[in-house]
Amino acid sequence: MAAIAVFLVVEAVPALQANKGSFFTTLTWEPNGTQSFGIAALAFGTLVSAVLALVMAVPVAVGVALFISHYAPRRMAGVLGYVIDLLAAVPSVVYGLWGIVFLVPFMQGPSEFLNTYLGFIPLFGGDVVAGRSMLTASVVLAVMILPIIAAISREVFLQVPRMHEEAALALGATRWEVIRTAVLPFGRPGVISASMLGLGRAMGETIAVALIFPATFGISLEILTPQGNSIAANIANGFGEATPIGRGALIASGLVLFIITLLVNTAARMIVARRKEFSGAAA
Amino acid sequence: MTAIQHPRVQRPGIRRISAGRRFKDRFVQALVYLSFAIAVVPLVAVLWMVISNGLARFDMEFLTHSMRNIGAREIGGGAYHAILGTLEQVLLASLISIPVGLLTAIYLVEYGRGGRLSRAISFFVDVMTGIPSVVSGLFILAFWILALGMPFSGFAGALALSILMMPTVVRSAEEMLLLVPNDLREASYALGVPKWRTIVKVVLPTAFTGIVTGVMLAIARVTGETAPLLLTVFFTDSINSDPLNGPQMGLPLYVFDQAGRPTDAAIDRAWAGALTLILIVMLLNLVARLIGWWRSPSRGR
Repeated sequence: MAAIAVFLVVEAVPALQANKGSFFTTLTWEPNGTQSFGIAALAFGTLVSAVLALVMAVPVAVGVALFISHYAPRRMAGVLGYVIDLLAAVPSVVYGLWGIVFLVPFMQGPSEFLNTYLGFIPLFGGDVVAGRSMLTASVVLAVMILPIIAAISREVFLQVPRMHEEAALALGATRWEVIRTAVLPFGRPGVISASMLGLGRAMGETIAVALIFPATFGISLEILTPQGNSIAANIANGFGEATPIGRGALIASGLVLFIITLLVNTAARMIVARRKEFSGAAA
Repeated sequence: MTAIQHPRVQRPGIRRISAGRRFKDRFVQALVYLSFAIAVVPLVAVLWMVISNGLARFDMEFLTHSMRNIGAREIGGGAYHAILGTLEQVLLASLISIPVGLLTAIYLVEYGRGGRLSRAISFFVDVMTGIPSVVSGLFILAFWILALGMPFSGFAGALALSILMMPTVVRSAEEMLLLVPNDLREASYALGVPKWRTIVKVVLPTAFTGIVTGVMLAIARVTGETAPLLLTVFFTDSINSDPLNGPQMGLPLYVFDQAGRPTDAAIDRAWAGALTLILIVMLLNLVARLIGWWRSPSRGR
C-alpha cells in the first residue's frame, strides 16, 4: 500500500516539476508537447461518469435483487442468482466492445430526443450531439456495475431474519410494506456498501470507457456533447505514445485516482460501521 | 387485566386491505418486475452479441495462429499468442499470490486473532480490494520497469495481476478458515499435536474446498483484467512463449487492441477474442461452483 503510493510519487515528481501549467487547475493535457497538463478535467469526467452510472444502476440493481429474493418463484430465483453471479464475472473489455459496436450508434437516437425536448435543462443542452458522449460511457458503466451491486444486495436481502418478515406479515402488512419495514432497513448498510463498491469499480474502470470516451478535454455538464474523459481512460489511451514526462504525468493522474478511490472506500466502510451500531443489525 | 372488557363488539373476520395500500403494493410489484426487465435486456444483449458475432471467426485458425504479418485490414489471423500469454500470466500470478494470500489468511485466523498487527493487515487487505486495476498496473510500471529498469514482460504483468488477486484470495480463505469449528482444533491439541501440524492436517483439509472455490473465482476475475496488462506487458503480434523476456500479449489486451481498429476484419477478431475470454472465465467459474457443490455440507458427503 504505502509502497504503491511512494513509487507513484517518486515517478510522478519529475513530470510535475516540468509542468508549465498548474496540476490542479489547468484544463489541458499536453505533457508531450507544450508540457502543460492538469488533472481537473479528468477528475471531473471520472466523477461525473461514475456518479451518473451509479444513479442509473442502483435503483435497477435493488429492484433486481428484490425480484430475485422476494418476488420470483423459488426455483427460478436460484437459477437467476447464478446468472447474476456469472454476469458479474464477465470481463469489462467485453462490455467495452459491446459499447463501441452497438451502444454508440444506438445512443444517437435517444440522445437527440433528450436534446430536442429536454434541452432547456443544462444537463441535456449543447449544440453537437453524438453517440460517443459522457452519457454513453455512463450507460456502459451502469450496465457493468449492475450485476455486482445486484449480487451483493441479493445476498443481504436473503439474510433478513425470517422472524422480522413474518412479524410484519402477522401485523397484516402487504408485500410492499414487509419490504419497506423489514427488508430495506435491514439491508440498507449492505446496499450502501455494494453501491460504494460499484462506484469504486466505475471510477477505476479503464478499458470499457477508454474505447468510448470522446477523449477531448474540458469541463462541461452537457453530457450529450462529445466531451469528457476519465483518468483511467486517459492512461490507457495516452500511454502508448507517452514521452518520459508524459509517462510521469500519467502516473501522477493515477495517484489522484488512487487517492479518490481510497477515500470512497473508506467512506463506505465508515457508513456501514455506523449503521451497524445504530440498527443493531449485527446481531 | 382480564376483567377489562371492550364495550364494543369487534366485527368478525379480517378487514379488507384498503384500496390505497393495495394499489401501492401492486405499484411496487410492477416497478420491481420492470426494473428486472430493464436490467435483463442489456445483459442478455451483451451475451447474445458476443456469441453471435464471435462465432464468425471462432475457428481453428483463430485458436492456432498469431497476428504476425497480418495487417488490420486483412482477414485471417488469430489469437494463439494472446491465449498463450493470458494463460502464462495468470498462472504466474496465481503462483505468486496464492501462497502469499493463503499464508496471510492462516496468520490472520490462527496466529493473529485480533492483535494489532492482524487488525492492521486486515484493514490493508480491505482497502487493497478496492484498488483500481490501472493503479496496480501503474505501480508495477513505476516500481519494476522504471525504477528497477526491467523490460516490459509477461512477468511484470503477472506481478500487477497478483496485486489484484491477493486481497481476494486472503478474504475468501480467511472466511473459510473461520468456518472451521474450534472443536476440531481443540481435539487435535488434546492429542498433543503441535500447532503447525494441526493447521496442515486438520484445519486446511477441512476448509480445502471452500478455499479452492475462492481461489478459482479470484483467478477468473483476474483473467479478464486489461488495464494492468496494457501498462506492463505491452503489445506484440508474434508468439512469445517466454514470460520473462520481451512483450507478450493477453486476451483482454487483444480484444482492446482489435476493437480500436476500425475495420470489419479487426472487429470480428475482437468479438471472437471476447467469446474466447468469456468461455475461459465462465469455465473457471463453473469449475469453482462445481467444487463448492460437490463437497458442500448439504450433500452430506
